[in-house]
Amino acid sequence: MNFETMDKIKITERVKAIKERLIDSVPQIESDRARLITESYKMTENLPVVKRRSAAFRHILENLPVTIREDELIVGSATKKSRSCQTFPEYSFEWLEDEFETIDKRSADPFFISEEDKQVLREAHKYWKGKTNSDLATSLMAPETLKAIEHNVFTTGNYFYNGVGHLSVQYGKVLEIGYEGIKKEAQEKLEKLDVACSYYPARRSFLEAVIESCEAAITYAQRYADLAEREAQSASGKRREELLKIAANCRNVPRNGAQSFYEACQSFWFVQLLIQTEGSGHSISPGRFDQYMYPYFKADYESGKITLEEAQELVDCVWLKLNDFVKVRDAASAEGFAGYSLFQNLIVGGQDKGGNDSTNELSFMCLNATLHIMLPQPSLSIRVHNGSPDELLMMAGIVTRTGVGLPAYYNDEVIIPAMLSRGVSVEDARNYCIIGCVEPQSPGKTDGWHDAAFFNMLRPLELVFSNGKSKGEQISIKTGEVETLDTYEKFFNAYKAQTEYMIKLMVNSDNAIDKAHALRTPLPYLSSMVEDCIGKAKSVQEGGAVYNFTGPQGFGVANMADALYAMKTLVYDQKKYTLKEVKQALEANFSAECGLSTEELTVKIAKELNDNNVDLNEEIIREIYKNVKEQAVGGDKRWAELLEDINAVSKFGNDDDVVDEFAREAAYVYTRPMEQYRNPRGGMYQAGLYPVSANVPLGAQTGATPDGRLAYMPIADGVSPGAGRDVNGPTAAANSVAKIDHGIASNGTLFNMKFHPMALKGEEGILNFVSLIRGYFDRKGMHVQFNVVSRDTLRDAQLHPENYKNLVVRVAGYSALFTTLSRSLQDDIINRTEQLGF
Amino acid sequence: MDIGKTKGRIFDIQKYSIHDGPGIRTIVFLKGCALRCRWCCNPESQSFDVQTMNTKNGSKLVGQDVTAEEVIEKVKKDINYYRRSGGGLTLSGGEMLLQPDFALALLMLSKRNGINTAVESTGFAPYETIEKLLPYIDTYLLDIKHINGEKHKEFTTKDNALILENAVKIARDAKKCIVRVPTIPGFNDTEEEIRAIAEFARNEMHVEEINLLPYHRLGRDKYDGLGREYLMGDVLPPDEEKMERLRKVCEAVGLKAKIGG
Repeated sequence: MNFETMDKIKITERVKAIKERLIDSVPQIESDRARLITESYKMTENLPVVKRRSAAFRHILENLPVTIREDELIVGSATKKSRSCQTFPEYSFEWLEDEFETIDKRSADPFFISEEDKQVLREAHKYWKGKTNSDLATSLMAPETLKAIEHNVFTTGNYFYNGVGHLSVQYGKVLEIGYEGIKKEAQEKLEKLDVACSYYPARRSFLEAVIESCEAAITYAQRYADLAEREAQSASGKRREELLKIAANCRNVPRNGAQSFYEACQSFWFVQLLIQTEGSGHSISPGRFDQYMYPYFKADYESGKITLEEAQELVDCVWLKLNDFVKVRDAASAEGFAGYSLFQNLIVGGQDKGGNDSTNELSFMCLNATLHIMLPQPSLSIRVHNGSPDELLMMAGIVTRTGVGLPAYYNDEVIIPAMLSRGVSVEDARNYCIIGCVEPQSPGKTDGWHDAAFFNMLRPLELVFSNGKSKGEQISIKTGEVETLDTYEKFFNAYKAQTEYMIKLMVNSDNAIDKAHALRTPLPYLSSMVEDCIGKAKSVQEGGAVYNFTGPQGFGVANMADALYAMKTLVYDQKKYTLKEVKQALEANFSAECGLSTEELTVKIAKELNDNNVDLNEEIIREIYKNVKEQAVGGDKRWAELLEDINAVSKFGNDDDVVDEFAREAAYVYTRPMEQYRNPRGGMYQAGLYPVSANVPLGAQTGATPDGRLAYMPIADGVSPGAGRDVNGPTAAANSVAKIDHGIASNGTLFNMKFHPMALKGEEGILNFVSLIRGYFDRKGMHVQFNVVSRDTLRDAQLHPENYKNLVVRVAGYSALFTTLSRSLQDDIINRTEQLGF
Repeated sequence: MDIGKTKGRIFDIQKYSIHDGPGIRTIVFLKGCALRCRWCCNPESQSFDVQTMNTKNGSKLVGQDVTAEEVIEKVKKDINYYRRSGGGLTLSGGEMLLQPDFALALLMLSKRNGINTAVESTGFAPYETIEKLLPYIDTYLLDIKHINGEKHKEFTTKDNALILENAVKIARDAKKCIVRVPTIPGFNDTEEEIRAIAEFARNEMHVEEINLLPYHRLGRDKYDGLGREYLMGDVLPPDEEKMERLRKVCEAVGLKAKIGG
């Protein structure tokens, strides 16, 4: 199989038509799920929580409206309208109600919501006051943790407001034995339970909840079979045949094992849809689709039951479904996860459990489906190992070249050993997939709690300069006034100490939220498809999975590397400035965009003095004015000089061993302490180094930093060099990035590269592109992804969004429609260094 | 003497170059050239002297004296990309033949490190100079700009007799030789002129491959920066259609022809 074969398999008219309708639809919020779960919860006050969950799941699936969209071959929609969403008040709801009047106009991910739906939601929300996950999580956190969150050192908002998600279930198992099979397993386990065991009540409740959830899923599919039959009666010709086929499919799957590739696709989709109906967690990742679907394709293809073209159309239809539903987040999170993305990561290629290359026809078809659909979902990934066939990588290069921002490339040779070091068995590690943005896990047996927090690595540095204070308040430990940090070692150790203290608080926060999920929102349906929940008779949220991790991600490695190196050079080696002067310069934002005039500053200082009971008179005020003016003038020049000097110092991203070593050390400051902590599910913490797109909004909360970054500007994304700092081309940037220890950041690292399409021209361009990836991976890079698009295209898209409705760009870990991103994120993408390959 | 200590003058090192020889390459630009081609996109390469050039980001010094060892250390940084792509080092300029000892040192050191080598050259030097380098060059990218000597002299300031004489010998003695033709409107962009070059390449040099490099204006600002006049004026780059027509002319002569490097 290669590109030529795939090139002959064109997109069908049906797929084109469904896609057009999808793109044209306006995302909406619907209220059915919120109403139904509230009804159910009111009726189940007496049940244990896990059974309240399964009862609610059943109630939802028995009553949620069922819809078959025009021309569909794969059915199942959680919403009446395309590209819309249901809500999950049990996790949190206040933010949504607060945004009712603005959500259709906000800059990132706007949603339409009707007055009727608002009313239904308001009514439902009344029940949930004080009963949500986030309410409980808050009550479980230490006071100092809440303080650190308030001051934006890190954010654990993702799982605080939402479900956890972030896993890949045993899709293959559902395809093979269906929910009847899983139900049977749970029943057998239930029968074997020892009634005298102290865990009996909890285990029995859980297993009964699993059984009820499986039944609910079966019922839901039967409702689709009924609907398809009804619609077939009024349809004619080919569509009638199709609807009858759909009905037959839904009668059989996911109830039983799939009998064909078509049924396997339908069964897969029900699993994918229902996990995201039970809980609100995103990054429910299909994982190794080309592996678990392959037996069904192979059997049908070899027996002549299906052609390559027919199989491709089904895969294309699955891709469309993956784009058909979205998720509403609060305004702040929407900035951080912009693009309506659900991060359903699907990966192709790689190795089997025995270490052999596992590329097959479906691997190519998945890449081809993305070429056909050209939409952000699924978040397509590709595994690269030393034995990966070049044909597959070239096909991937062809997809990259379109500018769709997919696939992301992952290095088996780094990820597998990294997972082994975390106690994953070699077979399970070889079977890894990617979750969400960039997080590796062994599918179907892991609760990775990836994406557990965004940790802004620059904030502890600010705390060094302020001796632990933020906005005048002591929120962290004291590491000494900057004047006392008279050696680089002292300075660096202060940064380490501030970081380590904040990591501790972050762990506290994550563990509190983790516990809240176990107590309030266990997910029995999800758990029925994660090994070894049935075996241990407990939910994923209580530690039922084989492997348990918590993976909070740090970002700002490049800024920290550049900051530390600049301070070492200018303050400690050349002694050109004192740290105190640097502190003043940072406070003045290098005088680059002094927000206040001399007059305004005078008023401000006078007011502060007044607040501190200093008697003010005209003379004092005149004195203040004089000082401010002199300082501003004196400072102005010197701070601008400092900024120039900082910019002249070598920067991370140019293959300079000296400064790159600082990046390695800066990354260790964050990644190493993580290994000592444990989560409530009995697993360990593992660090990630990636920001999704939070580097922009969280940068907007961060003052100027000594790497020359001005206040409120974006922070470098992932392990990529600072914006515009890498000036020696893609190989130099890649070499620098590869010097960071990626293995210890086993929750994933993210390296963004931007390419002009010219660098990928022709077969030669693609071959060189593949070599660039291979070369970076030889150096032990973990992940790389590409934006292939010209600056001018993006500028024009800002001016004329209507012409670029389907322009997809990769934004740190996922693809999004460019026009749906906020202006600041659009600007960030445009400003990244363009790697011109001529 | 340790060849690593051989000194030379360069003005740039450019990584991830993918249009100057096979695979991913690092180009080392040597300073100084005997020709003064009107369209030259690297005017700062022509004089051997260290020069000051004004750019958008202030003035900068062009030209740096380095040892072969220092250069090779930088080139080695991308060695795994060369191995993966079949790429390596390309010497360009200016004209590397004007610093033959330095060029030889760079080429020999590359070979010692298992790095593939290519040169981009005018071929304008005594053949004895070129001959010494050939054993260490994997791909010789040789510029043939015009067959007509007078026109060649008018646009490059030098006659082409020596170049054409060397071209035949280089093609005979080099491991691989590819002819490159900067395709310049008003100079050599007619079908007749390109055909003449292609026929020379095919029938006299017996090479298999020819690259047509379309004229571009990316170097124009540098003339201002050096306080020089840009003699090409407002000449526009040839359009794709025309380039394709010229490419077909070369193909008709029996060459593997490509637009761009």
